[in-house]
Parts: sequence; C-alpha cells; structure tokens
Amino acid sequence: MKIIVCIKQVPDTAEVRINPETNTLIRDGVPSIINPYDMHAIEAGLHIKEKAGGNVTVITMGPPQAETALREAISMGVDSAVLLTDRAFAGSDTWATAYTLAKAIEYLGADIILCGKQAIDGDTAQVGPEIAEFLDIPHISYIRKIDEIKDNKIVVQRLMDDGYDVIESSFPVLLTVVKELNVPRLPSIKGKMAAKKAVIQKMNAADIKADENCLGLKGSPTQVRNIFAPEVKKDRIMLEGTTEEKVTALVNELMRLKCL
Amino acid sequence: MDYFLSEEQVMIRDLARQIAEEKIVPVRAELDETGEFPWDIMKVLAQSDLFGLFIPEEYGGLGKGCLELSIAVEELSRACLGVSTTFAANALGTYPLLLFGTDEQKKKYLPDIAAGKRLVAFGLTEANAGSDAGGTQTTARLEGNEYIINGTKQWITNGGEAEVYTIIAITDRSKGPRGASAFVVEKGTPGFTFGKKENKMGIRASATTELIFDNCRIPRDNIIGKEGMGFVVAMKTLDSSRTGVGAQGVGVAQGAFEEAVKFAKQRVQFGHPVITFQAVQHMLADMATSIEASRALVYAVARFIDSGAKDVSKESAMSKLFATDVAMKVTTDAVQVMGGSGYMKEYPVEKMMRDAKILQIYEGTNQIQRNVIGQALIKEFTKKK
Ligand SMILES: Cc1cc2nc3c(=O)[nH]c(=O)nc-3n(C[C@H](O)[C@H](O)[C@H](O)COP(=O)(O)OP(=O)(O)OC[C@H]3O[C@@H](n4cnc5c(N)ncnc54)[C@H](O)[C@@H]3O)c2cc1C
Ligand SMILES: Cc1cc2nc3c(=O)[nH]c(=O)nc-3n(C[C@H](O)[C@H](O)[C@H](O)COP(=O)(O)OP(=O)(O)OC[C@H]3O[C@@H](n4cnc5c(N)ncnc54)[C@H](O)[C@@H]3O)c2cc1C
Repeated sequence: MKIIVCIKQVPDTAEVRINPETNTLIRDGVPSIINPYDMHAIEAGLHIKEKAGGNVTVITMGPPQAETALREAISMGVDSAVLLTDRAFAGSDTWATAYTLAKAIEYLGADIILCGKQAIDGDTAQVGPEIAEFLDIPHISYIRKIDEIKDNKIVVQRLMDDGYDVIESSFPVLLTVVKELNVPRLPSIKGKMAAKKAVIQKMNAADIKADENCLGLKGSPTQVRNIFAPEVKKDRIMLEGTTEEKVTALVNELMRLKCL
Repeated sequence: MDYFLSEEQVMIRDLARQIAEEKIVPVRAELDETGEFPWDIMKVLAQSDLFGLFIPEEYGGLGKGCLELSIAVEELSRACLGVSTTFAANALGTYPLLLFGTDEQKKKYLPDIAAGKRLVAFGLTEANAGSDAGGTQTTARLEGNEYIINGTKQWITNGGEAEVYTIIAITDRSKGPRGASAFVVEKGTPGFTFGKKENKMGIRASATTELIFDNCRIPRDNIIGKEGMGFVVAMKTLDSSRTGVGAQGVGVAQGAFEEAVKFAKQRVQFGHPVITFQAVQHMLADMATSIEASRALVYAVARFIDSGAKDVSKESAMSKLFATDVAMKVTTDAVQVMGGSGYMKEYPVEKMMRDAKILQIYEGTNQIQRNVIGQALIKEFTKKK
C-alpha cells in the first residue's frame, strides 16, 4: 500500500491576521506548525500502514522552511518526505495548489492519498477534493472512522451533519479526515533521530512536469474580493408524516415563504 | 542550569516533557483518585521508545544509560510520581536480566521490554524481609529440570500488571546470605498468583500487590546468574536503579516548586503578591537551591555509573538519599507557600507531597541509604591507613 499524506505548514494560531490592502495572510512572526487536521491524516497513514503494510510519504508545497514540518512528520514515523518548492509555485490559490500537488502525486504514485479536512489558515477545505478531481479518482471527505481496509478496498465512515455515511471505495482514493478519526501519536526517539538525519526529497516545477501556466499566481483563477466567515443557517425543517402530509406541509411552507 | 547535555539527551528530555505535559498532567488527579493503572500512558511511552532507553541496541533498545533514564524519569515525575514509579519499577525489574542474564534470557525478554510490550516487576520484599533482605522466606527448590517456588512477596510495584517478574528466593538456607538466588517468572505460570492490591497514601496510579507462589514450577534455565548469587543480583540491581529514585525526587520537587512560584506571584495578601514577602522568597530560594543541588548530584552519579565504574553503592545511595529528602522538604514547603490552597485537591501540590513520601521508603529506606554510605566510609578509611 503506497500512502501519501498532504500536509500544510500553517501559523500556530487560529486567529490569522489578514493584510487589508492585499487581502492576503500575514505570516511574519508567527511560529509554524503542521495544520492540526493534517496531524490526524498522518496518524491515519501510519495506522493504515500498520494494518495493511506499505509505506507512508508526506508531501508539502511550500517555502524551504516547510522542511521543518516534514521532519516533524518523520519523527512520528513516516517513511519519507517530499518538499515541493519552486518560486513558480508562489501565490497559488486552491486550484493551483491542488494542481501542483496532483502533478507530484501522479509522479510519485499512490494507492491512498490523505488530506486534512481543511487548513486552519486558508480554511477552504477545497484542496483535498480538487486534488482528487485533477487525478480523476474518487474522494471521500470528512472521514471519522476507518471500518475496514483490504487489499482492494477500503470502508470508511463519512461524518455528516445528522449522522454518518458508510462508504466503500476501491483504490486509488483520496480521503480527507476530521479530528474524530484518531489521536495523533507523539514522536518517538528513534523517529526524532531519523528526522534529524533524513534527506528530504526536493522537487520543483520541472521535476513534476507541471504546466507553467497552471502554477502560482499566474495559474490561480481566484480573485480575493473580501474574506468573511459564512453564516451557518440552522433554520432547516425536517418534515415528518406520510407522503401526503409531507407534501401538504411543504406546499404550505413554500407558500409562507412566498415561493409559490 | 546548563548541564551540557548532548543533543540526544535534550531530545529525550523534550519528548518526556511533552508526554508529561500533554498526556499525564491532564489525567493525574483522576488517576490519583481512582487508582487506575495508567495503561494509556504506558502505551504512549512505549510508542515513544522510552522503555528502550537503557536497553542495548542489539536487544532492540536505544543503548543509552543511567543518565538518559534519569532525565526521562525526572520529567515524568515532574507531572506524576505514580506514573513515573510504574516506569521506573519496570527498569528496576529489568536490571537483573540486563546485568546478570544469559544471552538467551536477554534475547527472550529484552526486545519485548524495550518495545514496552511486556512490563516488568522486581520482587524482593516480604513480610519479614523489608530492610533486612536476609529475612527472605520464599524458597526455590530444584527438582529435576525445574525449580519449585513457594512463598509470598509483598508490596511489589507493577504486581498483577507486569508480564515478567524478577524475584529473589532462598535456594539453600544453610548458606545464609549466599543461599539466595534470582529467578525470572512469567505471569500465567501455574502456581503464581497475585494478592490484594494495596490502598496507598500516594503514588496511587502505581499498582502494589503481593506475589503468591504456591508450588510454582519454572524451568531450571529461569535462574538469573548462578545459584547463591541472589543477593549480589539484588544489590547490584539496586545500585543501578537508586539514582532513578533520586531522579524521581528531582522531578517531583521541580513540579511542586513551579506550582508554588506560580501561586506566590498571583496570590495577593496585605496588598502585595505573597512572593514579595521575604519569608516566602527565602523559602523559594532554599527550594530552588536544593533542587539544583540534587539534580547536579543525580546527574553526576548517573554519569559515574555510565562510565562503567565498578563500585557505585555509596554514590548511588547518596543520590537517592539527598534527592529524596530534598523532595520531601520541597513538596512540604510548596504546600506551605500556597497556604490553604496548597492543602486542597484543586491544586496538585498536596498530591505531590503525599507521593514524595514513598521516595524516602522504597528501594531501601533513607536510614538504610545512610547505613550503606556509612559502611562504605568505614571501608574507605580502613583501606587508607
Ligand atoms: C483568502 C485566502 C488568502 C490566501 N492568502 C495567501 C497568502 O497570503 N500567502 C500564500 O502563500 N497563500 C495564500 N493563500 C493560498 C492558500 O493559503 C493555500 O496555499 C492553498 O490554496 C490551500 O488552501 P487552504 O489553506 O484553504 O487549504 P484547504 O483546502 O483547507 O486544505 C485541505 C487540505 O489540503 C492539504 N493542503 C493544503 N495546502 C497544502 C499544501 N500547500 N501542501 C500540501 N498539502 C496541502 C492539506 O492536507 C489540508 O489539510 C490564500 C488563500 C485564501 C483562500
Ligand atoms: C509503595 C511501595 C512500593 C514498593 N515496591 C517494591 C518493589 O517493587 N519491590 C520490592 O522488592 N519492594 C518494594 N517495596 C518494599 C520497600 O522496598 C520496603 O518497604 C523498604 O525496603 C522498607 O522495608 P519495610 O517497609 O519492611 O520497613 P522496615 O524494614 O520494617 O523498617 C521500619 C523502620 O525501621 C528502619 N530500619 C530498619 N532497619 C534499620 C537499620 N538497620 N538501621 C536503621 N534503621 C532501620 C527503617 O528505616 C524504617 O524507618 C515497596 C514498598 C512500598 C511502600
């Protein structure tokens, strides 16, 4: 089983400050950590390896300093680490980030790709599913439990607002994970020693055979106008009863809302 | 103070500290209340390789020594002595195999111990054999290719939870102190059961039970060292492990001291934080000074042992004696600095004070440590003449 975990280095605070002029994140002076959700993805990768065999590679796209995040992952027990770093990657939005990661994963090959649910700075939760689309493989987001892992399939539980779905998938598959999935392990001493010595594989745009026009600022279609937390609508109504009762209630409700 | 630890030693300290802060501090009060055995934490320690610290690399360990073990024990003790006792007693039980075991015995047991898969306990004490190990009544009789063990050990740390037990039993009573031998006995061996779990003043997360041997048959090969070497095995084991008890003292004292300083800075009486009163400052100054002195002694003795020194009885007794007397004093003073709050279970120092007391008792009371030092002095000064 070849497992790739995508990790992002993020500022160590949920309170990310934003430069109002450029609408970009201010990262200076904030210590960096591995995105907390990605810690759960790493743990999931190690767990799958312990169950089904294989090896775990962590991969990050970021500046050279992101190497610290990769070494930390090695100290937890992952086998190898890849740093995607190139000036051409700078300024990527989620589309370009996902494109770049997908090209690298295509190059490296993987049966299971794990991502965090979302990054605590960008918070879009788009990168994981977008990688899967670029690779044209299935993805299952918000994994809260792995029920079964076999040579040719995986069965997982996807967290939903009102419960969970049980989903089975063949390989390759991309999974994004939530905190309920597991408790990330602490590093081990052998892991820390390995992390100190480990050679981090560095790859640039040419190495992953990426199309330059799809990279970085140039390849990013997103224009940030404004940043705000979307309102969570909690005014849903579940209609109960027989079909006839439900249809009547629905019609009444739509009329009340002046939709009919 | 900077003890010029190597990069690896700092790594070990930081990891043990991270485990202590993230995994032990949040649950220590509950463990103290329930007396539940800290298996979850043992799993974390295992995954982090800490059980393998002092075990040679050829047997799956990290090949480090007494200093690295002391550093780890100190950090765990800063959070909870109940947990650190469980961890340290595992080392205590392993030393007989490490120091006197055959290659086969080492191959059989050490890799699992290093991986934290099997926990170990050391059984010397009995109802009539406390400070005076010569009062040991448990016997081991050779019959064909088996030893048959009869007797009861009491107050054995990790009893019932450990998988592997190293014990001392009499093989030939006529030979006096040379008639004892050391054995390894596995949990589940017919005739080997556990008595009641003790209800203790402190270190309540640590399990303390009787080991009951009733015609318990073990293979002849389970003897550690030769027949008659039992007390040598026990004494050398304690020489190696006592510094770890000293390290426990350093850790619990440090933990209590930090709580006291934090509190004294916040607590306002007579319009000032109590830390501004000289009487309180002096108490804190004495605490800080004695902790640093015991840490310096523990690290120095640990390095001395790791250098391969032959006779370390006196020095290891000194490190245990000094650091644990300091621990009792400092934890008591921490309660004093915090006044009534210190006495309450909302704060961790009352537990630390209760826990600290055991350090002056087990692995040889501090009176016995003074005897060991005294006897070494007599020997030294007789030689010099
Ligand atoms: C409003 C806004 C402002 C931005 N400002 C900046 C900026 O100032 N500077 C800048 O450099 N970028 C900026 N970006 C880009 C953005 O931070 C990321 O580079 C990227 O698009 C990831 O999006 P996200 O953080 O929402 O990740 P999500 O989609 O929430 O992340 C989901 C998962 O995808 C994986 N993942 C995400 N990013 C990476 C990565 N780089 N490497 C490996 N795995 C990854 C992780 O597993 C993660 O848990 C901004 C994006 C937005 C939306
Ligand atoms: C929580 C706990 C865990 C333990 N874990 C283990 C374990 O894992 N394995 C194990 O083998 N044992 C263990 N012990 C036993 C422990 O090592 C003994 O309790 C200790 O050695 C003292 O023996 P005792 O309690 O019988 O005291 P006693 O020997 O009865 O001593 C009573 C008092 O007399 C003093 N005294 C005795 N003899 C002398 C002397 N010659 N000179 C001066 N003073 C003297 C002692 O210092 C003490 O103050 C444990 C004990 C406890 C309480």
